[in-house]
Amino acid sequence: MSRREVLSGWGRWPKRDCTVDAFDPARDTPGQRPGGEITRGAGRSYGDAAMNTDLTYLGTLRNRFIDFDAASGELVVQGGVTIAEVLESFVPRGWFLPVTPGTKFATIAGVVAVDAHGKNHHLAGSFGDHVNWFDLMCADGQVRRCSPQEEPRLFNATIGGMGLTGHILAVSIKLRPVETAWIRQKTLPAENLEQAMALFEDNADATYSVAWLDCLAKGDARGRSLVLLGEHATVDELPPDQRAKPFDYPAPKPKSMPMDAPNWALNRYSLRAFNHLYYRKGQKAPPMELVDYDRYFYPLDAIHHWNRLYGKRGFTQYQCALPLDSAKEALLNQLDAISKAGLGSFLAVLKRLGPGAPDRPLSFPIEGYTLALDFPVTAQALTLMDTLDEITIAHGGRLYLAKDSRMTQTTMEAGYGDKLTEFRTLREETGAKSAFQSLQSKRLNL
Amino acid sequence: MIPADSPVLILGARSDMARALAHEFAKAGHPLMLAARNAETLTEDVQDLAVRYQASVTTHDFDVLDIDGHAAFLGNLPKVPAVVVSVIGLMGDQDENTTNPDAARRVIDTNFTAPCLMLELCASRLAELQRDTAIIGIGSVAGDRGRAKNYVYGAAKAGFATWLSGMRQKYVDSRVHIMTVKPGFVRTSATADMDLLEPLTDDPATFAKKVMKALNRKRQVYYDIKWRAVMGVITHLPERVFMKTKF
Repeated sequence: MSRREVLSGWGRWPKRDCTVDAFDPARDTPGQRPGGEITRGAGRSYGDAAMNTDLTYLGTLRNRFIDFDAASGELVVQGGVTIAEVLESFVPRGWFLPVTPGTKFATIAGVVAVDAHGKNHHLAGSFGDHVNWFDLMCADGQVRRCSPQEEPRLFNATIGGMGLTGHILAVSIKLRPVETAWIRQKTLPAENLEQAMALFEDNADATYSVAWLDCLAKGDARGRSLVLLGEHATVDELPPDQRAKPFDYPAPKPKSMPMDAPNWALNRYSLRAFNHLYYRKGQKAPPMELVDYDRYFYPLDAIHHWNRLYGKRGFTQYQCALPLDSAKEALLNQLDAISKAGLGSFLAVLKRLGPGAPDRPLSFPIEGYTLALDFPVTAQALTLMDTLDEITIAHGGRLYLAKDSRMTQTTMEAGYGDKLTEFRTLREETGAKSAFQSLQSKRLNL
Repeated sequence: MIPADSPVLILGARSDMARALAHEFAKAGHPLMLAARNAETLTEDVQDLAVRYQASVTTHDFDVLDIDGHAAFLGNLPKVPAVVVSVIGLMGDQDENTTNPDAARRVIDTNFTAPCLMLELCASRLAELQRDTAIIGIGSVAGDRGRAKNYVYGAAKAGFATWLSGMRQKYVDSRVHIMTVKPGFVRTSATADMDLLEPLTDDPATFAKKVMKALNRKRQVYYDIKWRAVMGVITHLPERVFMKTKF
């Protein structure tokens, strides 16, 4: 009962004809296909992580809520529940996700599988730090409850493990209480990278922090940014007329990109103009604004199919993490390389990361900085990204598997080192190596 | 207006489409009665609705093909529903449906005879209440034109739509609103192995939201806008042209 479907990640590159099927844990046992299998959630990872031409299980129909404890905030859901579904049900009751990536359309199992980080990583860590336990169907068909106490190795390897240790069936997470649906946002312009980094360090106690960066600015203005800080607003901080209904906010009116933009739509001139205007607008932003959580955390979700902006060829997101002591030099080198290549990125995001999670072998964050850039898939951009890889690796950094569609096995091994060996060993031991595979795991020999 | 606290009965509650509709009604505040065969296996769904929407949900054993049992089923429900939704359907295997009389009868009874009689009974009960109530029958675009691929199912769904159309006229002076929904493609476990044209395919949640909107606007027959265009063309093709097409 399967069908063929052309799948791709959110970046729409690469595209492959895959055998897909709905996943039913009562019926389906792993390891039936020679090329292995992988579960796909909402398809929001950018590259080829949730694709297997032999068998890709679609997990989004397994989206039941299982339990909630209002005293502790513990929520148990099936893996296919999306962040949007959690927010819809729980924000009006005064609860929020402890960590959220930049899209609310991702599934909870997907977020666990990439160990997503959010704008609060510097204080709260990544999503995996807020997982109580999950049920994992392993290669032997057994479902194991994994937590820091039970099956700790599987627990740690699965968080960030890209679905390569088993099928994540149910997840228990800790929600955090909030008083309102609003965020107090502060916009701080930084004239260059040095200032931006100083602002991050000075505002290390802000709950949320992230910077939009103009990667086309040159010379002394290299890395000019808008650093955006955020705090959950309390009821008292809302305007008086909103205090009675602190969880109400104007419903977003989603727009949709109806078709592919032509490939030439994003060029260095349009990008330069956009970046310039965006920076100017940010400079003039009031020092403090109230923004509802939807617009604050998920601005791009308001435009469905925004990935069509890059045209039919697709795009890839380049995201690296760089250690604190070498981050500045590495970032300046990368900005120079981008500028030299004559390419720009529509969206460039810089974020200070807190301590990483050494117990979780494939968890991406390490203490330092992370930079994310979007590039259309062109020969020129692919060459540039190889150069960026060299800079990342030379400075002790690594790439994020959730975004990756093109790095080499060497880059992966250099970035994750012994941790990758640890992960590979666990995959061999548990039989996961043959049972769970994706195009990405084959490319990188994970 | 149907008050948000009035109960909703969902017939054939196990399907993904029914589950998505249940979510929408629970979100709006309605208590739910879920009816299906082996109702005890709906526990996961009850829990889901309770955790998500703090909804009050009961489950009830119901076999639509047990036509003699319809009246007793309705009478034994804990509450009188204000909205009855039939999500009952069975596609069967087309080749078998055309050769095996039992299979043909099963598909026709499940999609047509049995749910129509059940909804007829429900409509008479709801009309007696003399307040705003609704009946929603989930039909199919397959009923609008017979295709080689699924015309037994299609014929039954065509009959279903015609029956509901007649009921609508019969109850026009009552306060029972009768809505026929003709979904196009919806990606569910039942269609997991089918090739569906992506731009014309909804996920169950999106589909359910559209149905709720149509109900609130008191539509009589609801098609998704894209399908209205598609079916507008298909139903107008002359038969001699249509018979040569391959879709």
